[in-house]
Amino acid sequence: MSKIEVTPGMFSKVEVKPSLKTTITMAITGLVVLVAFGIFGKSGDVMFVWSDSRESLQLPHWIVNSMVLCTVVGVLLLAMATAAFFYRRLNKKSPAWLVIIFGLFAIMALLGWLATGASQGVQMVFILSNTLVFAIPLIFGGMAGIMSERAGVVNIAIEGQLLTGAFVSSVVGTMTHNLYLGMVTAMIASGILSMVLASLAIKYLVDQIIIGVLLNVLVIGITNFLHSVWLNNDSSHLNFPGTFDRIAIPLLSDIPVLGQVLFNNRITVYLMFLIVPTLWYVLFKTKLGLRARAVGEHPLAADTVGINVGRTRFWWVTLGGMIAGLGGAALTIGNVGSFGREMSGGQGFIALAVVILGRWQPIYVTLSALLFGFTIVLRVWANQVSPGVPFDIITMVPYLVTLVAVAGFAGRVRAPAADGQPYTKE
Amino acid sequence: MSKKKEIVALPESKVQSVLQEIMSGDPVRIALSILLGFFIGAIFMVVFNTQVVNAWSNFGADPGLAFSSVWWTIQDGYGALFNGSIFDTTSGNFLDGIRPLTETLRFAAPLIMAGLGVALTFRVGLFNIGATGQIMMGLAGATFVSTRLHMPMVIHMIVAVIAAVAAAAVWGMIVGILKARTGANEVIVTIMLNYVATALFTFFLRQPGLLLESNGGGTPKSDHPDSTAMLGSLFGSGFNLHYGVFLAVIAVAFYWWLMERSTFGFRFRMVGHNPSAARAAGIKVENTFVWALALSAGFAGLAAANQGLSLDGGLTTSIEAGIGFDAITVALLGGSRAGGVVMAGLLFGAFEAGSASMQVAGVSPEVLGVVKALIVLFIAAPPIIRAIYRLPKPKPKVLEPVKHSAKVSK
Repeated sequence: MSKIEVTPGMFSKVEVKPSLKTTITMAITGLVVLVAFGIFGKSGDVMFVWSDSRESLQLPHWIVNSMVLCTVVGVLLLAMATAAFFYRRLNKKSPAWLVIIFGLFAIMALLGWLATGASQGVQMVFILSNTLVFAIPLIFGGMAGIMSERAGVVNIAIEGQLLTGAFVSSVVGTMTHNLYLGMVTAMIASGILSMVLASLAIKYLVDQIIIGVLLNVLVIGITNFLHSVWLNNDSSHLNFPGTFDRIAIPLLSDIPVLGQVLFNNRITVYLMFLIVPTLWYVLFKTKLGLRARAVGEHPLAADTVGINVGRTRFWWVTLGGMIAGLGGAALTIGNVGSFGREMSGGQGFIALAVVILGRWQPIYVTLSALLFGFTIVLRVWANQVSPGVPFDIITMVPYLVTLVAVAGFAGRVRAPAADGQPYTKE
Repeated sequence: MSKKKEIVALPESKVQSVLQEIMSGDPVRIALSILLGFFIGAIFMVVFNTQVVNAWSNFGADPGLAFSSVWWTIQDGYGALFNGSIFDTTSGNFLDGIRPLTETLRFAAPLIMAGLGVALTFRVGLFNIGATGQIMMGLAGATFVSTRLHMPMVIHMIVAVIAAVAAAAVWGMIVGILKARTGANEVIVTIMLNYVATALFTFFLRQPGLLLESNGGGTPKSDHPDSTAMLGSLFGSGFNLHYGVFLAVIAVAFYWWLMERSTFGFRFRMVGHNPSAARAAGIKVENTFVWALALSAGFAGLAAANQGLSLDGGLTTSIEAGIGFDAITVALLGGSRAGGVVMAGLLFGAFEAGSASMQVAGVSPEVLGVVKALIVLFIAAPPIIRAIYRLPKPKPKVLEPVKHSAKVSK
């Protein structure tokens, strides 16, 4: 157990000057956009295609010179960096909306630069809706990570939980012809896997990282085996569930661009809209969440006031695992339509990164998962519109961003204090 | 909280206590774990075998067939594993019979080398999941030297091996520096660096100026390495075993000397047992992390050299073949000791070698993935195996006071 030292000023509210790192990062990004994409950019025109052809209300295409666009955006970005600098001089952190708008503009410049001269232009609906679909498993995996780590259990097994969910939902969905049943059983199976993790980590004090890694290996082994000897023999009766139907929400789905992206989706996406704010509310606004965080930050103190540390951790890990199972279902019956060998492909590990990048906070985690989802889309899309771009380098970006975040270069990232530490009563 | 305190607060000592239990040897428990792993694997084979299921559905008609089908399934599966990995009983002469054993050695060599790397970090109380990325970087180094530089025989090979080790070690050092300077968790850092390294190696393989094959197109693939740089065949044609196995022998000997005999290894182990005590004793814990991770990655680099310099044809990223990830399980199974890692590597190498002949025998070799995972899970989680076999809980070891220090106090 680490002891928490009482330092002078620990309980008094002292204004700490916010770090310069955000401002510097913004300024550098702005300069890159202005110089590399704008002034020395490509001279051709770029077309922004806002509306999907299926939409009733069509927005006109927007054609603009790439250099002009990137120069203007670059100047805007630098202005925002300056604003961030002034916020800091007033001893205030730059507000989140400023950073988010900054990010959106930077992405727009990048997209415009990439698609310069490409005939299909920047298809906004395609890019945004695919970003969302690719991000869903990461978001659910991230929620699982938040739930167990906030309660003090490191969850490396997200990969295994996703894979379990993907496998079970596909098989059960095909055999019963009921995708909702597939989804529910996926959650249950993944929850059971999490119970193994939780009981070994909490009751038997086996190292959480090791047990997580090994559960991943076990799930990969079992699903590979079953896929090759069982599913492959009769895939039409075992592994052909199809996907959930898209449900267009009336009125909302008619909003131009965003309506198609947000409100014409499968149920897995709508569940995400439901679960993320709920988790945020429960975690930060209710007694239940306070208890979980207490157990994750200082289990001894929580135990002293009568919270059952072991039980709290067990249920938070298990419920988190069930949500990860939902993420696995989103991979198969929410997107691809069948189970493939090792189809989670490391997304559980990316979810770990997403949790850190989002600082163990559901909303931020969702945003960082969307960033990863966007890079997955970007890799495919950039290769189509602008084949010369080294998309291996684009692939690296989110991992590098995570590294920077973990290493603490971009502001403070602090895990729950008792994350990964077993608790035993003395 | 200052940076130094964060490092102390990391749960090294806890990892260590679990590892100590894993390492505490106990051959009985290890044997029971392996037995149970194979047993559950057999259940998997039987339950998902259509012939067995058919025989059991006609149990009333022919109960004998039902039981014998179970027996034959297991015998076919594990028999093929034996024939493919140890001694081919179907072959006529001894020389052909022994061939599977050389295949096991060939597959075991890179697993042992990479496993030693992971094992080293376990001994320092760290958890290096980054062998995959370190192997990728090692491959980049080895491929560059073996395809782009031209040197005489043997020297070329040695330079290529050194390049692989150096490239991997630098990659591992990044982890160490990040951990030492910022207190970043090495598990997350290594996972991220795995992806970065894979993308970087692919990027290198695409660049005509770097590693792309001379008349290559869009696919990231390198030239065939120069024959001067190749790890030559050991027993001539008919056997695939190459000099990589000597690299493994050297690596094992070096690891044993390093960890058990050298002052460097003593410092490593001291930091692993108790970082605070090590710091109090004047050991620079942060520097130890950096060196340990660099050395650990160096072992992964040897595995990379083994892979990159033994293949007929150009390299792609697939040459890594999951070795980096298997290395973790090898190190866990081997209890992070030189001898243990060799045994674990041989077991996993046998699995790799045997899977081909299992495929031929009509048994899905994927079952070995389950067996592998179960064995290591049972060994890493002693409570499971104790509960299943109703073994008693070991008494906590009490360190005996050192005698001559007592004399001094008198």
